[in-house]
Amino acid sequence: MNLGSITQAMNEPERYELDAPPQYHFELDRRHFFKMLGGGVAVFLVLKPLRAFPQSGARSGEGFSRFQRQLPQNLGAWLHIAPDGAVTVYTGKAEMGQNIRTSLSQAVAGELRAPLGSVTLVMADTELTPWDMGTFGSRTTPQMGTQLRRVASVARDVLVRMAAERWNVPVESLAAADGHIMNRQNGQTLAYAELAQASALAKAIIEDDPLTPATEWTVAGESVAKIDGREFVTGEHKYSPDMSAPGMLYGKILRPASFGATLKSIDLSGAKAMPGVVAVRDGDFVGVAAPSEQEAERALAFIHAAWNTAPQISDRELFSYFKQNTEEGNSQGWEGRTSHEMGSVTSGLAKAAHRLKQTYTAAYIAHAPLETRAALAEWKDGSVTVWTGTQRPFGVQGDVANAFQMALDRVRVIVPDTGAAYGGKHTGECAVEAARLAKAAGRPVKLVWTREEEFAWAYFRPAGVIEISSGIDRDGTLTAWEFQNFNSGSAGIMTPYEVPNQKIEFHPCKQVLRQGSYRCLAATANNFARECHMDDLARQAAMDPLEFRRKNLNDERLLAVLGAATKQFGWGRSPKRTGHGFGLACGTEKSGYVATCAEIAADRASGMVRVIRVAVAFDCGAIVNPDGLKNQIQGAQMMGLGGALFEAIRFGNGRILNGQFSSYRVPRFSDMPEIEVVLLDRKDQPSAGAGESPIMGIAPAVRNAIMDATGTALFSLPLVPDGLKA
Amino acid sequence: MARITEIEVNGSARRIDADPETSLLHVLRDQLDLTGTKYGCGEGECGACTVLLDGIPQRSCLMPVAAVSGKRITTIEGLATGGRLHPLQQAFLDEQALQCGYCTSGMILTAWALLRARPDPSEQEIREFMEGNVCRCGVYHRIVAAIRRASDLMKKSNA
Ligand code: FES
Ligand code: FES
Repeated sequence: MNLGSITQAMNEPERYELDAPPQYHFELDRRHFFKMLGGGVAVFLVLKPLRAFPQSGARSGEGFSRFQRQLPQNLGAWLHIAPDGAVTVYTGKAEMGQNIRTSLSQAVAGELRAPLGSVTLVMADTELTPWDMGTFGSRTTPQMGTQLRRVASVARDVLVRMAAERWNVPVESLAAADGHIMNRQNGQTLAYAELAQASALAKAIIEDDPLTPATEWTVAGESVAKIDGREFVTGEHKYSPDMSAPGMLYGKILRPASFGATLKSIDLSGAKAMPGVVAVRDGDFVGVAAPSEQEAERALAFIHAAWNTAPQISDRELFSYFKQNTEEGNSQGWEGRTSHEMGSVTSGLAKAAHRLKQTYTAAYIAHAPLETRAALAEWKDGSVTVWTGTQRPFGVQGDVANAFQMALDRVRVIVPDTGAAYGGKHTGECAVEAARLAKAAGRPVKLVWTREEEFAWAYFRPAGVIEISSGIDRDGTLTAWEFQNFNSGSAGIMTPYEVPNQKIEFHPCKQVLRQGSYRCLAATANNFARECHMDDLARQAAMDPLEFRRKNLNDERLLAVLGAATKQFGWGRSPKRTGHGFGLACGTEKSGYVATCAEIAADRASGMVRVIRVAVAFDCGAIVNPDGLKNQIQGAQMMGLGGALFEAIRFGNGRILNGQFSSYRVPRFSDMPEIEVVLLDRKDQPSAGAGESPIMGIAPAVRNAIMDATGTALFSLPLVPDGLKA
Repeated sequence: MARITEIEVNGSARRIDADPETSLLHVLRDQLDLTGTKYGCGEGECGACTVLLDGIPQRSCLMPVAAVSGKRITTIEGLATGGRLHPLQQAFLDEQALQCGYCTSGMILTAWALLRARPDPSEQEIREFMEGNVCRCGVYHRIVAAIRRASDLMKKSNA
């Protein structure tokens, strides 16, 4: 371990005893700490240097707020029990509908043996919470959940020890439950609050202390309702676009004529002449701030701008463009080429009894969270605070600091619980824009992107082309598997099937539209291509798709979900009505295992395809909140149906052509199939995140069901944007 | 043009000083700080901005404030009475019919109108009536279940 970057100085504790492992020392300003917390018990979780804030000599300290700089710089999370018994937990993660405010609270309450209602989470605030890379990649449950459980279990031990001292009894005679320590011998109890009142104790621990096994979980593992649900059903919760500040102005941005356009000329005088309006041009940035949204809109209309534009390709040429424009390096800052090879595909193909070569494509799609990007920015004494819905508060803090060339500790980003993101809110463009306008106006400015802006100026799930060439022997065993992905990404690219000869490659391509992560990343496209191809192969081998998969699978967990989903669905047993078809698909990604069966009805005459019924089985290890998990799985099926059936971004010449809900169709009530969810609770396995991977089975299952019903094999996502072709 | 519009919001009379063309959505959110009514699309396609106008669900994003002069407006903030949740609000909690919650206020107010017209709607009726409301998190099944539960709750409390 390299500990060179960790300071060796420590203030001598007075009332706080800093009970840190010997090799770590922290600069903890006790007085500040006191003022902030007002006594009580605090436990800090220290990350191993690898996972902590990336600090080089030049950056060290710079990433932290005034308060945080008093804390160890490699904190994962921390917990405080106040003298009144209130438990506050600080984490850099953000709540965006995945329900982690609840599931993380459950994890803490469970380990601490405290009532759920006594736990409050402070989340995603660069001033108050420990640095965090961001809320994505299904890492919250496996990483933050585990960290918080560790912190909470240590806090519980601390309380037990304090009680043991107070009563002068051995710790073994004590038990913790429901916010109290109890003496098992005589039934005497002490509330956590009483213990916290009498002390001011801070303890730091390292991340790999042991944990309560899932089989002994108390509050975790149970279905718990969204803890602050009431604020949402009453409309009280303030999302970013609901924030306001005294004297606040409303911002609007002048968007370029097309992607990549630069300003040729601009006349701001019309806007500037309007009372109360501030108009800003800074490079190619043009925006206004006005006392009302309507005035801001009007001011924008008074601005005359001419843009330099260049011709750009359209969705029609997209897939051939990708094939001709690979960028094997890592030039976009996007992941570089990946390549995996085992055995020899050539000889595997030569041995095969059947060979199959197929190309699959996936369109760009939009996240379209119902809450568009929004930010409220307020400057004070050269520092700025921004409230904005983002998955990367600390990343956005950096974006804002860079944009204004200022120190990180002069930027505070606060993320109110957000109207969803689905991987689409990693970036801080709206925060930077609002901050720029607020700086010019000398007053707080709120900027709420319109739906059209959200469609056009956010980013998309990458489109892609996937070519598969494969072979099977006479009894249906895979002999060769070549998989070439152009542009969509490498997540979920490896096949879970047993194939002795494989070559699997991802080729980044020159960027066409701005692209970024989307729920489950490329695993959706990769799993689509793979699972379609598996069905196509099964057909060639004249085997049942389930039997064919089982023959080529060895992964016990994947086989288990496949078994559970097909059993629930009645695979091979359900009678099939005319015009209906059954399809299945499975896959694994981010330690989640999913199998999905779908029944569809195809109407040849109208071209209508309806998904009637879906059965999905999911295993993400030990389950923290079964009903919350079920909710995520159901939602993922509904969202996944859009990308499967009809969602696609149309574009040409640097403009989005269907950037509205009236032209970009998203799933609605009428698209609802019946959805049956089977949860496999693997208490022997660590808990994995669940917001993402359940989405990856629905598209191929539906595609395979369409093939079953009609005999038509489809190869592109979305499958039937204009209905089934005759 | 006159800038003052008189409206009644959640039982109290309000005088609004705004350009008559300003949308009711902006008036509610920016002038009255009733931010439970959401912006989702501005073109009548998502239902996030739904409010009740004399008991009829309307898209406030498309409604100029002048057009609602003298009308009774109910927003999500006006649904609970004396700290008691409306049965629909309770049912949305009971069924956990929300993820990010951004669509929730529009869903609840649209469902309110459905239950007034049809106190005991079938699943098909619910789907049809709610079609104009988008939940991007895909919580549709639970919303249907919540509306049915609310219908039961309301029947019980009327019985
Ligand atoms: S904001 Fe009014 S319908 Fe979408
Ligand atoms: S709960 Fe997120 S949009 Fe409905």
